[in-house]
Order: sequence, then C-alpha cells, then structure tokens
Amino acid sequence: MGLPPELARMQERIRAHAGECGLDFFEVIFELLDADGMNQVAAFGGYPTRYPHWRFGMEFDHLSKSDTYGLHRIYEMVINNDPCYAYLLDTNGPAEQKMVMAHVYAHCDFFKNNLFFAHTNRKMMDQMANHATRVRRIIERQGLEDTERFIDACLSIEDRIDPFALFTERSEPRPAGGEQAARAVRKMKSKDYMESYINPPEFLERQRTLIEEESRRPRGFPESPERDLMRFLHDNAPLEDWQRDVLGIIRGEAATLAPQRQTKIMNEGWATYWHSRIMTERALAPSELIDYADHHSGTLSSPPGQLNPYRIGVDLYRDIEDRWNRGRFGPDWERCDDRAARDSWDRHLGLGGEKIFEVRRLHNDVTFIDTFLTEDFCRRHRLFTFAYDERTGDYAIQSRDFDDVKKALLFQLTNFGKPFVFVTDANRHDRGELVLTHRHEGVDLRMDWARAVLRNVQLLWRRPAHLETILGGKPTILSFDGTGFSESNVAAAAEVPGRAS
Amino acid sequence: MSLRIETDLTRFRQIVRGRIRRELQQFMSRGELFGRHGGTLVSIPLPQIELPRLEFDPRQATGVGQGEGEPGTPLGAGQAEGGGGAGHAPGHHVPEVEVPLEELAEVLGEELELPRIRPRQRANIESVTARYTGVSRSGLESLRHFKRTYRAALRRQIISGSYDPVRPRIVPIRDDRRYRTWRSSRQPETSAAIIYMMDVSGSMGDEQKELVRITSFWIDTWLRAHYRGIESRYIIHDAEAHEVDREAFFRTRENGGTVISSAYRLCSQLMARHFPADAWNVYLFHFSDGDNWSQGDTEECIQALRRDLLPGGNLFCYGQVESPYGTGQFLADLRGAFPSDEKVVTSQIEGKDAIPATLRDFLGRGR
Repeated sequence: MGLPPELARMQERIRAHAGECGLDFFEVIFELLDADGMNQVAAFGGYPTRYPHWRFGMEFDHLSKSDTYGLHRIYEMVINNDPCYAYLLDTNGPAEQKMVMAHVYAHCDFFKNNLFFAHTNRKMMDQMANHATRVRRIIERQGLEDTERFIDACLSIEDRIDPFALFTERSEPRPAGGEQAARAVRKMKSKDYMESYINPPEFLERQRTLIEEESRRPRGFPESPERDLMRFLHDNAPLEDWQRDVLGIIRGEAATLAPQRQTKIMNEGWATYWHSRIMTERALAPSELIDYADHHSGTLSSPPGQLNPYRIGVDLYRDIEDRWNRGRFGPDWERCDDRAARDSWDRHLGLGGEKIFEVRRLHNDVTFIDTFLTEDFCRRHRLFTFAYDERTGDYAIQSRDFDDVKKALLFQLTNFGKPFVFVTDANRHDRGELVLTHRHEGVDLRMDWARAVLRNVQLLWRRPAHLETILGGKPTILSFDGTGFSESNVAAAAEVPGRAS
Repeated sequence: MSLRIETDLTRFRQIVRGRIRRELQQFMSRGELFGRHGGTLVSIPLPQIELPRLEFDPRQATGVGQGEGEPGTPLGAGQAEGGGGAGHAPGHHVPEVEVPLEELAEVLGEELELPRIRPRQRANIESVTARYTGVSRSGLESLRHFKRTYRAALRRQIISGSYDPVRPRIVPIRDDRRYRTWRSSRQPETSAAIIYMMDVSGSMGDEQKELVRITSFWIDTWLRAHYRGIESRYIIHDAEAHEVDREAFFRTRENGGTVISSAYRLCSQLMARHFPADAWNVYLFHFSDGDNWSQGDTEECIQALRRDLLPGGNLFCYGQVESPYGTGQFLADLRGAFPSDEKVVTSQIEGKDAIPATLRDFLGRGR
C-alpha cells in the first residue's frame, strides 16, 4: 500500500534533503501502520512475519499495554534490507513524520555503508518469511509443544555466536592441503653459497622436531576453543534433521541481527544527528517547531542514571565533528597541557564533516567508544559508573573517573555485554562429554541461569555437559548429566582460553 | 482487525496462566503484584518470561549512567536499567504501567480468572441501562454525530486532494457519516454490603495492616464492579469490638488482647438491624493474625458463625496475616469446624506476593 499523496510528497522532499547532505542509501519504502500494526512489527523485531513463538506475543503484549497506558510509543521502525522498509505510525503529526523520515534515511545510509553490515543479507525480509514457513511446517509434523520446547532451548544459547561470523564464514570449505603443507619446514630462498647462513642446519633441525612434536601432541576436539557454541552444536550434535534445521535458523537470524546490536549507539546517534540537522536546517516549517522540539527532546531524554544510546551517540558525533573542525586531535593536541591554549585551540581545519562520515563507515560501538570517548567529553556529559551496593540493596553511583567509566562502558559493549564462554572439550574423559569454559574477567556468572542453560545444552548434546567457571574466587565445575546437577571445586585452575580475535 | 501475532499472544497468555508449559513458570516475573500507587492509580506489573542465558551476576556487574550525583548516590530501584539496547541491564526490571481505577476490576478479573458474581436475590432481577459508548458507520439519522462526520469528510477531502483551504466546503458523502452507538449493560438491582472486621490488638503491626489494606482495596474494587451503591461497614476489635469509619479502621491500634467473638457478635447485630438477609447480599471479611484469647472464645465464634453470620451472609472470608506474635491457631480451628462449607473461605496472607492468591480464594467462588 502506497503512502497518501501528502506523505509521498513529504518523502520526496526529505529524500532530496538527505541526498544533498551526502547520505547514501538504499531505496526506502515507507508503510503507514496503525498502533496495533506497528506494535506487531516491532514485536517481530521489525519484520512483518516471523516463525510462531510465544515471546513475540509477550513483546506485543508489553508494547501494546505500554502504548495504551501512555508509557511508551514506537514511532518508527526500519529494517536493513534492499530496498529498505520503514514504517510510520498513522497518528504521527506532520512534524513527527518528517523527522522520522529523516531519521530513517540516515539509518539506511548507515546500513548501506557501515563496514559491519557489509556481509549482511539484504534480502533478510524474505529470508525471515521463509524461516517462518519452514518452522510452521516442522510444527505441523513434530507438534507445537516439542518444536516450541526445542526453540526455547536454542534461544537460551542464541547469544553464544561469533558476532563476526558473517565475515569469517565462506561457503567454500578450508583448503584441505593447508595442514599438510604447514608440516614441512619452510626454507628461505637463498643462493647456494649463502644457504648455510640463511637457513642454518641446526635451525632447520629445531623446526623439524617442533613440528613433529606438534603433530604427535594429542589433538583435542575441538582443536582450539570454540566461541560459537551455536555453530558447534549445529555441526556436531546428534540432532534430528528438523532440530538441526531449527537450530540453524535461529543461529542464522541471530548472526544477521548481530551487527545491529554491535552498532546501536553509532546507528542511533547517526540517525539522530541527521534528523536534527535536516529538520533544523532544511525541512522544518515554523509552525512545527514546538512539535519537533518536543519530540526530539523526548528522544534524547535520559532519566537520571540511565544511558540513552541516542543521546550519547549524537553527542559523540558532534564532539568528533567539532574536534576535527578545530584540529583538536593528533600529537600536538595530546601533548598540550596548557589549559588556556586548549580552550582556545582552533586550527580551522574544517575536517569534521568528512571525519564523521569516515567514522560511520569504519567503526562499531566498541571501537567508537574506545577511540573517541575523551576525558573532556566524559566530564562534560556527566558520565559515571554504578554498581550494586550489598548494604542498601540498591544501585549506587560508584565513580566519575574517566578510566573507570570507559572501562565499564567497553566492558558492557564487548561481546554484547555477555560473558565469554568457549567449547573447550567435546570428548571429556573420552566419553563424549561436553565442556564449556567461562573465561572469568572479574565477574561471576549468574548461577541459577547458568544451570538452566547447561540443562538446555545437555538436551542438545545428549551427553553430560560441564561448565567450568570461577565462583567466589574458586575454580568450579558445574555438571549436568541429564538427570541431576553436581558441582565440584577443582584444585588446579581451569585452563582458560586466550583472548579471541 | 485480526493480527498475525494473535496466535503468539494467545500462546503467551496460556503460558502465563500456567495452562501449558508449566516448566516456564520458573522464569516468570510478576514483581510486586497489585501495589498501590498514590491517588487513584495502581501499578499493574506485566507478566514477563525471560529465557535463561549465560549472563553476569547482576550484583557484581557495573554499568554506566549519565546525570548528576556524587559517588555513593543511590540510583533508585528501576533506574539501573540501561536505555535501549546499549545500556547494560544489571538486575531485573519489571515494567510497570499505570492504569485508571475503572479498568482495574476488569484487569483483576482477567488476571485472576474470577467468575462473575451471581447475586442471591433473583426476585428483583436486573435493570438495563444504555450508555453511548462509541461511534459507528451506520445508525439512526437522529443519532448522527455531527463532529465526527465532519471530521471524516474533512479527512477524506484532504487525502484525496479535493480540499481547498481558500474555499473550505466540506460535503459529507454516505461513507463519512458517523453515528453514536450505545451499549446496554445489565446491572443487578440487588443491594450489597461489605462488612470488614479486623483485629487491631497489639500483635497486629503496620506491616500486617498494610496487607489488609491492599487486600480490602481489591475486594472493594471487584465487588463494586458487580453491585451498584455498595455499602461498606468497618468493625475493629481487640478484647471488645467497635464500629468505626474507614479511616479509623486502618489507623487504630490498640494494645489489648484478642476476643474475636466480640466482633462477630457486633457483626450479627449490625446485620440484623441494617442488612436483613432477604434484601441484601452481605459479604463478611475478617482479618486477624489468628491469635485468639482462649479456646472457649473460639468455640463461641464458631457458634456465632453457624447461628447468625453464615445464614445471613453470602460469603464469610477469613484472611490470616502472618505476624511474629500470632500462633495462627484460629485458622486451623475454622478449617476444622467448617471443612466443606462453601460459604466459608479461609486464606493465609504471608506477604504482598500472596495477595493475588488470597483474592482468588476469596472471590473465586462467584458468590
């Protein structure tokens, strides 16, 4: 269904503005939805159809109740697809619709140009619909209850994927000869008379013994710790065909949606930056000023103690633009500790515009914060860390120190703010038991949930499953054998896999 | 409009009610059900099921926020929730929404699956009242809604481009016409009274009274949705009983002992004088910590119930709140004396979380 003529004209104008600003996007198809329709699409994660599952119903229930009681309303949805689909709420006023359209065009520019979206499936909308059909067929054969139970088990490890899977996975398998070739000692090219200098025999001998030792070393399975538990189970667990299909679908969807989760701050910040510029510099009619200001401030409000990704994102882009316009970067700027000189620092470089486009192309939230969050910014925007206070049973402000804030922020963005857990051994005690190892980084696991997850992993693996972690400073192994849990403290520290790329 | 998501929603609701997939109940959070929130608004937490994931212990995790405050400033319960997807969310956040009082009875009935009450007197049945509740596209010309019709016509003309702001002429066509519609509701013409009795002896603390207050609020809400002009009476008792107003009912605190029969005697006098059984539906609620003065008095209470209170009332509900001082013997005695009388309902209110269960006990009989 097309847009009414008034909105279609509006879209044409906003599209032209966005193009003139240098945004580069897929075609955008807008659809007008009522509140129920909007909540449905939002509950489905932006897509018009998903496979049957109660959690979409729960999401819908929450959205429509908060909408009815005026707690929260969704004005806009946009999905990464070519063409890009976006939804407008039919009760929005003209100022809101313009703003939403500008916002959407910037999102679309981000989808198209950000590096982390480079390998996403741009026909995901069709893909999701196909998944839905496949799961429906499975339900018809296997029954709703069994299928749903299995989906629930898969969903509880949905976040156990490699967020960069889209980059590393290729359809062709790894070259078979690769490992063999690595076993021969590599010699450097040399003239005859130089041979003994460039490739000394004792060095060659040493290499040869190393390689031999390496090949004699018992090989575990998996050979190196595997971060992508979903993939590992999909490839190796004794599943029935329909189960493997469902697991693959859920992993595929999670992997496709991973870039969104990795760039939340950047993506929302970028869209907010551009809707504000397009509106205030070009599109806003004087009579719409109040509506726009009201809506815009609503988007950026952050209740005390919360971090609003829209706000921190847009503020960081503006900060970067300002710094590169005035040349506040590089070694000279870093070295300068004269307060007055810093305050009046302006090299009139005017590189800001160019810089922010570069930033939106190359970064994700982690590198964005790591590279551009400065001490000045942190102080100016009143950032702080908070932690749970055992004594009061409440969360309290902990520190305003720049290093603490940055560390905490990066910690909660890394690996989606989830603990790193690897598959380290799939044949423990030579009995096909699965071992997951938690790389402890100062924070324990939430154990009641860890148990429930382990139960689900065992369900998929069908052999006993173990989870190695550190609990209250003690290395601990939690095991589930299909009937009961056991917990044992191990004397030696668990072998913790190194930092994954 | 029927939505695709309808099936998922139904499924979710069935899970929440424990009809299917009972193992998921362990991941369900309801938070503080039916807490009262200043004025006429009450917060209704939404049921939520979270599938378990491998996550950090929320009490050890740190988060980042923005705003004023010195290190050490508490953030307040719900506020540690990160905004959107970027914020890290330590702790469990139960979303709450505020609901106007009128909708509460409906929500309560739905959540607790309470049956409609069947009033006792079938003689003076029901009166039908009509209220204009909505607007439809068809109806009697005399009920035409001018404003809505005008608006529909204006809207159509703007959308189709035939609206001329210089000469604004709005001509409604057949499709634009809107008519008022009404809904007739049947109200029992019966009269009802609620008599609340509460033990205010020394062993009933503020916490216990708070439980009674919340429970009685919901009883009021539910019964008022079924009867028009309901009358409420309040009786407090320690060693002797007095009739008081609502304010005093919740405020009064005595230091005496507890003689429950005093309240039942006063109650039966009140019923005899004001609420004869042939004209009134009388609901009796008694709250206590279950610590009666003597076994002999408990006997008297049971006598009074058999003789006066039960024949004259629709329902007698006894709610026992947990207190550090009470023995709670009275509950056991009542259950022993009336093992299967369907007019007698007993329930234990251990804390705020138990209130919904108590309400279901009390009101679930549809009497």
